[in-house]
Amino acid sequence: MHLNETALNGAILLGLLSLPLYALIVDEPYTITLMTRVVILALAAVGLNIILGVGGLVSFGHAIFFGIGGYAMGILAYHAQTFTILDFGLFITDGTRLMPVIWLVAMAVSATAAFLIGILSLRTSGVYFIMITLAFGQMFYYFAISWPEYGGEDGLSIYVRNTFPGLNTLAPIQFFAICLVLLCLALYIMARLRRSPFGLALNAARQSGIRVETVGIDPVRLRLLAFVLSGTVTGLAGALYADLNRFVSPVMFSWQFSGELIVLIVIGGVGRLMGPVVGACVFVALEHLLGGLTEFWLIILGLILLGIVLFDRGGIIGFLTGRAGAHV
Amino acid sequence: MSEPVLQTSGLTKRFGALLATDAVSIDLRAGEIHAIIGPNGAGKSTLIEQICGGVRPDAGRVLLMKKDISALGRHARARAGLGRTFQISALAMEDSVLENVVLGAIGAGAGPWHFWRSALASETLTDRARSALSRVGLMDRHDRICATLSHGQRRMLEVAVALTLLPRVFVMDEPMAGLGADGSKLMTAFLDDLRHEAPILLVEHDMDAVFTLADRISVMVHGKVIATGTSAEIRMNRLVREAYLGDLA
Repeated sequence: MHLNETALNGAILLGLLSLPLYALIVDEPYTITLMTRVVILALAAVGLNIILGVGGLVSFGHAIFFGIGGYAMGILAYHAQTFTILDFGLFITDGTRLMPVIWLVAMAVSATAAFLIGILSLRTSGVYFIMITLAFGQMFYYFAISWPEYGGEDGLSIYVRNTFPGLNTLAPIQFFAICLVLLCLALYIMARLRRSPFGLALNAARQSGIRVETVGIDPVRLRLLAFVLSGTVTGLAGALYADLNRFVSPVMFSWQFSGELIVLIVIGGVGRLMGPVVGACVFVALEHLLGGLTEFWLIILGLILLGIVLFDRGGIIGFLTGRAGAHV
Repeated sequence: MSEPVLQTSGLTKRFGALLATDAVSIDLRAGEIHAIIGPNGAGKSTLIEQICGGVRPDAGRVLLMKKDISALGRHARARAGLGRTFQISALAMEDSVLENVVLGAIGAGAGPWHFWRSALASETLTDRARSALSRVGLMDRHDRICATLSHGQRRMLEVAVALTLLPRVFVMDEPMAGLGADGSKLMTAFLDDLRHEAPILLVEHDMDAVFTLADRISVMVHGKVIATGTSAEIRMNRLVREAYLGDLA
């Protein structure tokens, strides 16, 4: 039996909302934190899904934007907590602890980085695109490691979670709510985007670049914008992730994380709206449940991934709704 | 004689030792079908690619409505008015028939830089798309996924997408390829009318269709145009008969 995808999406969101509420009632704050992690990873993967799932380009460097978001938060909050001045040359600031400001900075810097990286790497496709984005990722990773002002290899700790006007962000459920609202917003924008002329053209460019050129559209420009949007969303997720842990380190830039994001999407369903959300749920659940039993839980994840790639290309969403995933 | 709508002058392309096109100068006038024929490997596809922007010529120019479009890429040439169909269907196979045609309407209309409104909910786009679909007889299949269409239907869909562009010139690479006798007949009748909307540069192996449709025929052999003329002239041309037509004519 196959489920209606809209109904399934609704059920997934309801589940995301109700589990933390249940945890609140039975007073298990750790579960809420775990669910916040799910939501943030899902948001990062929703970002990647734009360029990977709809645009058909496997970016193996999305940790760049996650890390940029993380360091945007880390650097701004670090200067605010140490009362030191951050001198950009053009303007001077003493940092901030306000989440909305941090988010905007994280997104703006991520978008700029995505634009510059995109201009260079979108001349290629396929394996070359994977390699060039991986190379950029490694550049950022080693740059972060060798940046002593902000902790270098040890990373940067932020003592108190940043603030959001009117909310107590230290209460796990309130911070969870902030993240969930942002995720829902991103999903809504993604749903609109996919059906828009831009989304239709981007999706067609994935299937045949020559097709969109023949109707007078430059596929490279479509992909560049998709890459920028994609990096922006993942950058926002990075800022939230840093706030969740109150810690940033070069690990956020690691290629392993770029790989995890791809794995999330493949598990959930490539190009499917809720694919990243389902993927993040499965990933965190396995990490938590199996990770407690054995260090080798990634082997199980690998087996699941293998099964999906071999037998069910649509991921979990595709399996439940009977629809194939986007072919990348 | 009317002004040429599309003109190539001295298009030359060399791939290593192979001279794929050798100073090819042809033109296409309003209201006509100009067919390019020639044996496999004669350079017809390379010529088409040079006209449409997929291959950069080593020498020569392409003029559309007297404007030099030689420096433009594929997509810019499409916007300038080249409506192309492919030898091997290049469609968005996972998308519906309607979505494929709406893509054409997007490219020809306001472009893809709209992010909020649903493309299929836009009447401007779907009206244009539906009218193209009904002209090629695919209206009743508008919600089918492209990959489930028959070969002949995909061919017609290619034409429908080109129609949405309202091009100045159609460039068609073997539209009859793989169509059965009935399909060829349908396509022939369709192209016969289409020439009055915009002239057609037609590369085709189906000689019945070529001699039925073409106002003029150019014969390519080894990268060179060895003859251009009406069907009757080409049939009678001794060079052509020796080089290519053999017993066909």
